[in-house]
Amino acid sequence: MLRSRVFALAPWLIAALCTSSCRSHSDSAPTEGPASAAAAGSAAPGANDPGGKEQYFPLQSYRVGPYAAGGSGFFGGFIDYMQLVNTRDGGVNGIKLTWSECETEYVVERGVECYERLKGGLNGAPAAAMNPLSVGIAYALIDRATTDKIPLITINHGRTDSTDGRVFPYVFPLSLNPYSEISAIVNYVGQREGGLDHLKGKKIAVLYHGSPYGKETQPIVELLAKKYGFASTHIEVPHPGTEQESQWLQIKKLAPDYIILRGWGIMNPVALKTAAKIGYPVDHIIGNIWSNSEEDVIPAGAAATGYIAITTHPSGRDFPVLQDVDKYVVSQGKGNMEDAKRVGTGYYNLGINNGILNVEAVRVAQGKFGAKPLTGEQVRWGFEHIHIDDARLKELGAVGLLQPISLSCADHEGGGAVRFERWDGKKFNVISDWIKADRALLRPIIEESSTKYAAEKRITIRDCDGEAKL
Amino acid sequence: MSSDASVWQRAREPGAAKLSARVVVRAALVLAAAALLVALPLLVDDYVLSAILVPLLALSLAGIGQNLVTGYAGQLFVGAAAFMSVGAFAAYDVHLYLPSTPLLATFAAGGLVAAATGALFGLPSLRIRGFYLVVSTLAAQFFVEWLFTKVGWFSGNSSSGVITAPPLRIAGVSFSSPGGHYWLSLLIVAPLTLAAHNLVRGRIGRGWMAVRDMETAAAVVGVPVRASKLLAFAIGSFYCGVAGALWAFAYLGTVEPHGFDLDRSFQILFIVILGGLGSVAGTFLGAAFIVLFPIALDQAVAAVAGRSVDPGLLQNLEKVLFGALVILLLAKQPAGLARLVEIAWIRARRFAARYAPRSRS
Repeated sequence: MLRSRVFALAPWLIAALCTSSCRSHSDSAPTEGPASAAAAGSAAPGANDPGGKEQYFPLQSYRVGPYAAGGSGFFGGFIDYMQLVNTRDGGVNGIKLTWSECETEYVVERGVECYERLKGGLNGAPAAAMNPLSVGIAYALIDRATTDKIPLITINHGRTDSTDGRVFPYVFPLSLNPYSEISAIVNYVGQREGGLDHLKGKKIAVLYHGSPYGKETQPIVELLAKKYGFASTHIEVPHPGTEQESQWLQIKKLAPDYIILRGWGIMNPVALKTAAKIGYPVDHIIGNIWSNSEEDVIPAGAAATGYIAITTHPSGRDFPVLQDVDKYVVSQGKGNMEDAKRVGTGYYNLGINNGILNVEAVRVAQGKFGAKPLTGEQVRWGFEHIHIDDARLKELGAVGLLQPISLSCADHEGGGAVRFERWDGKKFNVISDWIKADRALLRPIIEESSTKYAAEKRITIRDCDGEAKL
Repeated sequence: MSSDASVWQRAREPGAAKLSARVVVRAALVLAAAALLVALPLLVDDYVLSAILVPLLALSLAGIGQNLVTGYAGQLFVGAAAFMSVGAFAAYDVHLYLPSTPLLATFAAGGLVAAATGALFGLPSLRIRGFYLVVSTLAAQFFVEWLFTKVGWFSGNSSSGVITAPPLRIAGVSFSSPGGHYWLSLLIVAPLTLAAHNLVRGRIGRGWMAVRDMETAAAVVGVPVRASKLLAFAIGSFYCGVAGALWAFAYLGTVEPHGFDLDRSFQILFIVILGGLGSVAGTFLGAAFIVLFPIALDQAVAAVAGRSVDPGLLQNLEKVLFGALVILLLAKQPAGLARLVEIAWIRARRFAARYAPRSRS
């Protein structure tokens, strides 16, 4: 009897719930798999020339789901930059860039499936690096990418201890790891209070996204709290974060001097709106690196005016590289963004920065291995020898958009500085120069964690000095 | 239907030579299938192994667990992912805090802890049934997720709450290649599937079905109703727990508490409903449908549309298409894929019988 009832209800159940729950495995994966290789030719210049003259970038993108704004902006910027390099420069030293997408929806096992599908290259063009833009997916790919010798780029996010390239030879938390991020924010708050010694006795709360990404910074916040004498509280917002009443009631009771908003996606505007509702001053909420886009503040309306966030990739279209993108790509109708108005916004410019760094790695590696399509291992060498100073930034047209950055075998982050920007209700205005994290303070903690990982996984630590001599 | 044993018996009787030929063919088929399964890594590439077959096996195992409880014992529950996560974290903790435990023992430990948890959360089934039971089993889902997020001890106090799989070695043999992951999964899933297959045809399984079909009648004929229900929850959760450990260790190599969220529980429930409630083989069909079909659909759509259509729009279209196909399938055949295949088999045999020369009466 019960059985027949279940059967009768099954279609209804499936229909009602499938939209949210079947998605883990149950729909679509890549926008372009091997099966559609031919289709890639229409948009990727030269993709139909398999004569070994191309470098391939597999894109584990996400354009649907709760984090679509981040995914479409980031991958749009990344693709437009590669398009620019192809159109304006004819590729990197004549080697054209090609790419294809695979939809992950920010779901870990989808990301793994995409990785396995794309890692082999496209039409003979070898894969240069993986850019999943998801902490969860990155964690699941560490072993795989290391075995396959493909660099795994986690720009501005990822596992903090993967900064130690001696233990994580193929993982790159480029430009800003989570610990640097917190350190820079605390330095800024100290500045605002009139010096780091004024932090004593203050209360700082971290409102974080309930995910590995959100939890990553707890140890460093506690360490800095001990060092500078402020009290820290961690408050979790479960994914996706559309409901935060109870968290903000807790904040009201606690009355912290500052809140670090460690959000992602829809959680951010909801936080700002709820803060306004309970009357928490918005200029005392400091947004972290994933809480700094236009998509985070516009939906919050007036509640967001005066909100301050950190950035490694200020919004705007005035940077020469953005003007080139407009001239060679967007105005030619080759732009990737469905809504051209989003060109120059936060996520898009992060995509541009990511494009610059990935392409620079290919260029540097070509300097050593020759102007030809390179393997992941060779591109890894390129990443580890990226050296972008002010002069190079000027050539790239990215002064102020990207920080000076130098990587090495042992240091896979390379940057560690952020700028602060304030939302005036219409746009973000940069209000500080590059503020550096206290990287010397962080390095021993990072090494402690990475050595522990190496012992657990029985990894032999690379001899970076020895490699440099080769 | 005659079981293998009776076929063997008859085969030994004088004058049953024809039947023994049938047995030989059958045994050869089974052996060929087993050989094919074992030799698969030599035939297909890494992508198929590590992105499709390994998750397929893990989800099928979890589906069997759900099917034992829901399809056989008739206890509706949502929260298989919770027991998967208990299994994964328990296996990880055993490895972490008792590092000398052999790998297979950690899987077993994961399963056993999940079984205990399952029996605990199965307690409401003694009092309530149907959709009320669904709601009360949901508690497991949320409690377990909360526990693993909140208490750092379970994830070895890693800052991000993510556990990292240990190196996969059994008796000195490494299983860390894609083929190794597959063999390890097969090594665990195949015997457990056989066990489930036998279990449901034995006393315990028949007890479950009696409870499912009518509790009062089952009690009257002497089936211990309460013990049957709890045993179903315990064994079902054991399967889910081992599947969770496989998912974490052999497939992803890492896992966070939210990796086993409500979505995953529904996914497993749908595997069972689509595959066929009360069918072990159907569970595999259901899992194959849920895992393979979207990937195939995506490749097909991408091949047709390519980059001419906005990728975001394409993704949403695929969702609609998949949902529509699921509804169509269940409307046409509510008993699931297992029944669909059975009907096709019967038709094929009828067809063969009609046209093939009659060799025996």
